[in-house]
Amino acid sequence: MGNMKIKAKLKGDVVDVKVMAKHDMLTYDQAKKKGVDANFITHISAKANGKEVYDVSTSQFWSKDPQFKFSFKGAAAGDKVEITWTDLSGKTVTESKKIK
Amino acid sequence: MDRRKFLSLSAVAAAVLPVSLSAIDFRATKPDTWKAHTVADGIKALYGDIKPEEKGVTVKAPKVASNGGAIPVTITSDISAKTVALFQDANPESAVAVFSVAEGGIVDYMMKIKMKASGKITVIVEGTDGKFYSGSQSLEVALGGCEG
Repeated sequence: MGNMKIKAKLKGDVVDVKVMAKHDMLTYDQAKKKGVDANFITHISAKANGKEVYDVSTSQFWSKDPQFKFSFKGAAAGDKVEITWTDLSGKTVTESKKIK
Repeated sequence: MDRRKFLSLSAVAAAVLPVSLSAIDFRATKPDTWKAHTVADGIKALYGDIKPEEKGVTVKAPKVASNGGAIPVTITSDISAKTVALFQDANPESAVAVFSVAEGGIVDYMMKIKMKASGKITVIVEGTDGKFYSGSQSLEVALGGCEG
């Protein structure tokens, strides 16, 4: 089991991707109360067939264990979608999933 | 010597190029956006002085969110977009997300966000035509999501 739950489904010529990443998404306020450093995902991107299909700079206000969806064209069933996130501490996680 | 210099230079260029093609880290390029406390300041820090047209952007969120810690927000638009930015006015800072849209990309995003109190979500779409469009949705938050 990895960090992310990824579902990628082809419908017509559009691939719908659903992701849930495991992350505390600790805001500055929450971190202050706990006496620890804030840490949250700051960037998420996705690639399919070497092409960028999703790219977002994120803030502390995404929910804990962030869930997100996006859609893109230009991939077939069996292709892989590769998702990468980076957090404030510099940690990077990349996982991929085959498109159904 | 010259050749060696040339070789090392091209190696650097090759390493840098793919990253800068379409992915943009808006936290690095527009740091003030993320510190802005109001939606207006956030938009100004990101895009400058713009007057977006209120059309073509659909923002969907529950009218009443029972849990402010995970509010599903969906952004859809048929506009050929370059970037999409999401702001809200309930939290200490206004910026939530800035998407950079690949050429021919589909603007259909869902993400779960946190809101401390009731407020309004504002989405700005920067079109490939150089114009700006906006959409918004107000919602009530029953239980704030930032206290942890």
